[in-house]
Amino acid sequence: MQYMLLIYHSESNWDKLSDAERGKIYADYIEFSKNITASGHYKGGNRLDFSSTATTVRVRDGKRQSTDGPFAETKEQLGGYYIVEAKDLDEAIALAARIPGARYGSIEVRPIPLMTAAA
Amino acid sequence: MDIEQIYHEESGRILATLIRLLGDFDLAEEAMQEAFALAVEQWPKQGVPGNPRAWLVSTARNRAVDGLRRRISFEKKQDELQRLIEARSALASQDEAMIDGDPMSDDRLRLIFTCCHPALRVEAQVALTLRTLCGLTTEAIAKAFIAPVPTMAQRIVRAKQKIRDARIPYRVPPMEDLQERLTAVMLVVYLVFNEGYSAASGEALIRRDLCAEGIRLGRLLCELLPKEMEARGLLALMLLHDSRRDTRVTENGEIVLLEEQDRSRWNQESIREGTTLAEATLRTSPGPYSVQAAIAAVHANAARAEDTDWRQIAALYDILRRLQPTPVVELNRAVAVAMAEGPLAGLRLLDEIEAKEELNGYYLLPAARADFLRRLNRWTDSATAYRQALALVSNEAERRFLERRLAEAEGKSGVGPSL
Repeated sequence: MQYMLLIYHSESNWDKLSDAERGKIYADYIEFSKNITASGHYKGGNRLDFSSTATTVRVRDGKRQSTDGPFAETKEQLGGYYIVEAKDLDEAIALAARIPGARYGSIEVRPIPLMTAAA
Repeated sequence: MDIEQIYHEESGRILATLIRLLGDFDLAEEAMQEAFALAVEQWPKQGVPGNPRAWLVSTARNRAVDGLRRRISFEKKQDELQRLIEARSALASQDEAMIDGDPMSDDRLRLIFTCCHPALRVEAQVALTLRTLCGLTTEAIAKAFIAPVPTMAQRIVRAKQKIRDARIPYRVPPMEDLQERLTAVMLVVYLVFNEGYSAASGEALIRRDLCAEGIRLGRLLCELLPKEMEARGLLALMLLHDSRRDTRVTENGEIVLLEEQDRSRWNQESIREGTTLAEATLRTSPGPYSVQAAIAAVHANAARAEDTDWRQIAALYDILRRLQPTPVVELNRAVAVAMAEGPLAGLRLLDEIEAKEELNGYYLLPAARADFLRRLNRWTDSATAYRQALALVSNEAERRFLERRLAEAEGKSGVGPSL
């Protein structure tokens, strides 16, 4: 079963880090990605740009509306994600706990439901 | 053995096995009911099978699998078909293991860890445990927790959905996670017990049944995990509390303090069992439930209130506060010290607790102060503290108790009721 691990962190705290501290975190992420690729869990993932670059789009009555900023203003912002293959929630939680961001932000674990093929 | 007795003793275990085999809570429940219905019809004519549990499990499983197969061929659901195939291949090898007596293979142990998984809300863990392991109906659970039936039904349905959709595993956690997960399981068991224990007399009997369910779950944990001493401590604690359940409140719902309870009505059998268990846990390195059980055992074994070994209780609270450094434990320790060394020593500890400001708004803090002052005959100060406690208390029985004590203090201090 696949799970999406959504990585939330405080962008304002990130801004306050030194280059050396950021470099360490990047290195941790590279290491983690390498490890879960080798173990066969990795199915995909990316870092996302800051929420200040986000645009939220809605279509109402056939009209497109675009607004500046993320869908919801929150204390911690979505900063990236992994998609992993895990045999159950416990394994997904164990993977999430190893993400470097879990130590200073939060990881939301969401199952990706299997789509039954449309007939 | 008649069917009713088998239902009472075995349905929890049968349901747990069916959930494992079928991978679906609702399907398992339905199938079990069908199997029992069939047993009611067939057993009187054909006789009770040699192994009733095995008969019920295989009958229920066959019916469920047949039903699933019909539905699947109709809807062509590939993933369900896959699950069915897996279930059937598991069956062949499970028949033997299913009947054996090894407690680690007992499916109820898997079930309890699934129901008490930390990915579920605690209220949902409690409800699901009562529904599946204790076999309580949703209506009974709602009544016990004074919640509307639809709310409780929704809580249980959502928990089952999350177990299925997020794939919460159905297994005993691996060794490295066992302690943490067991702590969560024991908390649920204790919550079930306490919900019944805190119910005043006169409230629906079903609430008090929760005490029995808590103890039943506690026994199950001890049986399934015989090496876990803290599980025995939890069982001991529940038994010892339960031994004086009937003497805690009067028929009118008035609280009776420990020192004023009729000790001849305490349940000696529960006290003996609880004390033996508590003593055994103290020989290892006891956890918080075991230490609390030991404290309860000291109380339970004092023939009269004045015989209570308060020094031992104060020493046990000293151990407990190192395991569980919470302000409530500190407060209880202060009460024990006040009994062992006198109210002045207790007041000094209360001052320290108050200085930390963690218990602001907790009525038992001024209530304890009021009691210490009462015992020092400082009636005016005592009355002031009782008034503070009354402003904070929410439980009706406790409010009436404090009002009685306030009236006494006001009488002795010569101050008329001014409220």
